[in-house]
Amino acid sequence: MKHVLKPSQYAILLAIMLTASVGDSFLKRGMDQVGAVNIHHLGLLWHALFNPYVDIGIVLLIGFFATYTTALSWADLTFVMPATAFGYVVIALMGRYWLHEHLSLSRWMGILLIVCAVGFVAGGPSRTEHPELDQMDAGVGR
Amino acid sequence: MTLSPMVHVWSAILFVAALAVIGEVMIASGMRQLGDLDDIRALHGLGGAIGAVLTNARFVIGALCMALNFFSMLFALSIANLSLAGPAIAALTYVGNAIAAKFFLREKVDRRRWLATMCVVAGVILLAR
Repeated sequence: MKHVLKPSQYAILLAIMLTASVGDSFLKRGMDQVGAVNIHHLGLLWHALFNPYVDIGIVLLIGFFATYTTALSWADLTFVMPATAFGYVVIALMGRYWLHEHLSLSRWMGILLIVCAVGFVAGGPSRTEHPELDQMDAGVGR
Repeated sequence: MTLSPMVHVWSAILFVAALAVIGEVMIASGMRQLGDLDDIRALHGLGGAIGAVLTNARFVIGALCMALNFFSMLFALSIANLSLAGPAIAALTYVGNAIAAKFFLREKVDRRRWLATMCVVAGVILLAR
């Protein structure tokens, strides 16, 4: 059976790509302001919770986990994986166009390869069928 | 007998990657068991869908593995350079996930998906350089 994704499911995949990378960037920016945390300064972790960048980062990463979990309820792990990897591309492009960092040729090659990976799996089904396993699970999980 | 630092570093990297693979496969298995969350939400509301996820044993074990993965990652980064540990853990996790998805989740990992996995691994390594 060919699975066709609904627009809302494409939106979930897009959210996976964006929330993890943007969330990580906010956390990084917040933790740069908070300072280095080590075993002798664990109190800084509590202090970090009051940094708005850290808070936005945490909210976005909770959003990532929720959307990732939702996607796994209708798609294979090997289908969702390249979408999570696309987060690295978003971070690299944010660095290039937002922070005006230099992107080396090897990084552009990396971006190209991950884009190709997304293209490869997007052309196939989101979930591969195996009725005997689904039947086994149906009795246990609901 | 003292083990070389490289053995320590690679043991930590392998441990972190293994925890990530176990966590992601358990979560994927739990979600497959539950079925489409949109359908559950339509029947039982958002609270019902969240409740179904949080009471699924496989999901809970997977989430615990991911939490443990987060803390072991902090430990790994304290003994290894980020430029080595970051891409190594990500690459090993992607390959491990593809293998585990084939054998434990019984996903049909065809040539297209293997090619995608290899592209992701090479892409992550190149981006981290």
